[in-house]
Formats: sequence, structure tokens, C-alpha cells
Amino acid sequence: MENPRHLMSPLDFSVEEIDALMALASDIEAHPDKYSHACEGKKLATLFYEPSTRTRLSFEAAMLNLGGKVLGFPSGDVSSASKGESVADTIRVISCFADIAAMRHPKEGAPMVAAKFSKIPVINAGDGGHQHPTQTLLDLFTIKKLRGSLSDMTIGFCGDLKFGRTVHSLINALARYTGIKVVLISPDELRVPDYIREDVLEHNHIPYEEVTKLEDVIGKLDILYMTRVQRERFFNEEDYLRMKDFYILDNAKMALAKPDMYVLHPLPRVNEISVEVDSDPRAKYFEQVQNGVYIRMALILTLLNIHVS
Amino acid sequence: MLNISGIHEGYVLDHIKAGKSLQIYHDMHLDELPESTVAIIMNAVSSKMGRKDIIKVECPLGSIDLDILGYIDHNITVNVIKDDKIVEKHALTLPKEIKNVIRCKNPRCITSIEQGLDQIFVLSDPVNEVYRCKYCETAYTGNDGQK
Repeated sequence: MENPRHLMSPLDFSVEEIDALMALASDIEAHPDKYSHACEGKKLATLFYEPSTRTRLSFEAAMLNLGGKVLGFPSGDVSSASKGESVADTIRVISCFADIAAMRHPKEGAPMVAAKFSKIPVINAGDGGHQHPTQTLLDLFTIKKLRGSLSDMTIGFCGDLKFGRTVHSLINALARYTGIKVVLISPDELRVPDYIREDVLEHNHIPYEEVTKLEDVIGKLDILYMTRVQRERFFNEEDYLRMKDFYILDNAKMALAKPDMYVLHPLPRVNEISVEVDSDPRAKYFEQVQNGVYIRMALILTLLNIHVS
Repeated sequence: MLNISGIHEGYVLDHIKAGKSLQIYHDMHLDELPESTVAIIMNAVSSKMGRKDIIKVECPLGSIDLDILGYIDHNITVNVIKDDKIVEKHALTLPKEIKNVIRCKNPRCITSIEQGLDQIFVLSDPVNEVYRCKYCETAYTGNDGQK
């Protein structure tokens, strides 16, 4: 393929291109049979230098649903990386075997190096704490499906906002839409980095507030994006014990929320969302996973330039 | 008073912050210029700056990359010399991209392990002179290194 198109960051796609991608994902969801042979004869390479069950299987399911085949490795230990092969050499070789590649790598920017040397489209499937664009695309797709629009909403991000790349990425992506208000709910130790506050929120004139208690703000949210607060992120056990209950979503807190406030989570969930919330119709985190397959199918078709009539 | 003679063709980099000239010598790879003569004057008296450094480079015009000076310090004055005369005062601007001048200090960046990969930084905020690593987007400023 000459000059293949890659996906490194969700901002690589314009708002119009993301709209088109979501429209395609919706059509795939509505008419799966129409697309079941779209990638016949095509191969997806999943190059996972660190384990990730959900993302890898989602990519593989997406390609299999399109009638294509998959090959690859599930961790760096079983690839030539363990022999010291560079990312550049690996992708040159894989370009001879497959038509498109999804790469996860613990080093930030590794998929960009792969894209530089690749003859086939490369999708960043997560590079360290840097980017995870397909998670952002599926988050956007889920919100669009639930609310009909990505504009005019108050979205709360709760938990670990410092290290959570999905949060940073989604805030960046939402900054391109109008009428967005952001509520940041985290302990002081885990507040969003300065560059998100200054370069993204303030730079784009997005109203935001920072609070420490979920109960105080849950009633005004249209979307609640939960993340995991990890014990090891705190400097001392006392702080963790004092704060941890603020960030556990249960039925009591859900009772304070609007009837049409939806709960999202990038998963895996540990204990930050009580299992009792799973049966609440506003809990949409497992639908997110299903939407991830549709959006990845749409992405594969788009990057391979395959059109289904 | 120490005297360094003028140059016939080349560049005089004036108003360098005192003590910065050796860094500039290395960053501009002046040691790799073939058949050139470089004079470094350190800690010279300056009415404008108190003390300053000066670098004189005798070399064919066009043989050094002046863009990088904009990243290091855009207050430096670049005098272009031809036939023993100043023919131009080159205005410095921040380069949009700098290659292999600074290294990314983020240990999680792919540049820390991938062999033969250029260290590329892209200008992301001209007002605050912030560059970001092309690969991991870690921010750096011109004078302070890592932000």
C-alpha cells in the first residue's frame, strides 16, 4: 500500500472523519451480515509487546467479524523483541505478512516509529501512558449513541485523573465539540496534569471545576466517566483509606444522579464501581466494550480503504 | 586586551550569554565543519550584557545550521560576513523542528531504546518556547531542558 494512513492519536482524525467513522460503526452494528466478508483475504497483525486481553481480543474479533484473518503475538517475551529486534525492523518484516497492524508497546511513541517504517496501516493500540486512540474512539461512539450528540453536556471524570491516559485523551477529543463542561473529581494526589488544565481546558475556554467528592457533583452530570484509584498511587495508607470511599460508585450515589446520567468506565473495573450498579440501566460500561468492536471494525475498513455498498 | 582578527567569510555570533558558547559549539556541530576556523571568546566585556561570549566561524556561507540558534537563545546576534564586511544581520526565529540537539529524558520514551532513531522535537508553544518530543510529547523549554 502506498502512503498508508495510520492512527496514532484520536486527533489524527478530524471531527468530520470521526463522524463518518461512527456512522460506519452504526451501520455495521445494524447490518453485520453486510460486512461479514468485507475483509476476506486480508490479515490483521496484532503486535502486543505487553499483554492486554481486552484490546487485543477486541481487534481480533473485529477482523474476524469482517471475514479477515489474524496473526501476531500476545507479549514481547514471545516476539523477536526479546532478541533485541528494533520496532523499525519488526514492522518492516510484518509489512510482508499482513495488510494492517495494531501495536501495543510499553514505550511511548513506539507505534509512531512503526508507522514511519511501515508499508501497511498501523493502529496505535496503546503506547505506555501516552495514547490509546481506539479507546477514545469507542468512548466517543458510546456517548454519541447514548446522547445523540457529542456537544452540550456536562461530563465528570472521577478517580485517577493524573495517570489515566484514557481521561486525558477523551478530554482532548471532546475539546473540539461545543457546549462541553468538565467536572474533575479526584484526590489532590491524582489531579489532572497541568497541561490538560492549561493547554486543553483553559486554552479551549472549556468551563471546568475540580472537586474531591463525587456526591457533591454527581447530580449535575450527564456522563460519569469512572477510573480506578489504585492504592499504590498514594503516598501513605492513611490518605488512601480516608479517600477511597469517595470514589466507589454504589446505588446510594447513583440515587443522587439524573435519571439519564450514564456511567462509563474503560475497564478493567476492580472495586470503584460496586457490582450492584451493574443492573442499573444507566451503567453502560459493558456496552462500551461491544461498541469497541464496532468502532475497530469501522477503523479497519477505513484504513484499508474498503467500501461496502 | 585580547585581540582576535576579523574573518573574511563566515559568521560572527555575538551577544551569547556568558558561559553558553561551548554548548553552542557542540550543539551546532562546529567541531565537524571541514576546513573551518572557529574562535571562541568567553566572558568578554559587553555594554549591553555586562559579560558575553562571542563565536567567530570562518567558513563558506550556508555551511552551518543557524536555525538551532533560535532554539538555544534567540537573543544572539548573527552577523553574516562576506569579503571582510557584515553583509547581513540574520534574525533568529524559533525553528519548527529540531533534530538531534537535545535528548528526550523520558525513560518511557521509545527513543530510550530504539537504535538509530533521530531525536526530534517539535515546537508546540512559540510564546513559551515549548518543544515536545515527537514520539512521547514530553515538553521541553529552550533554556531549562525538561519542563
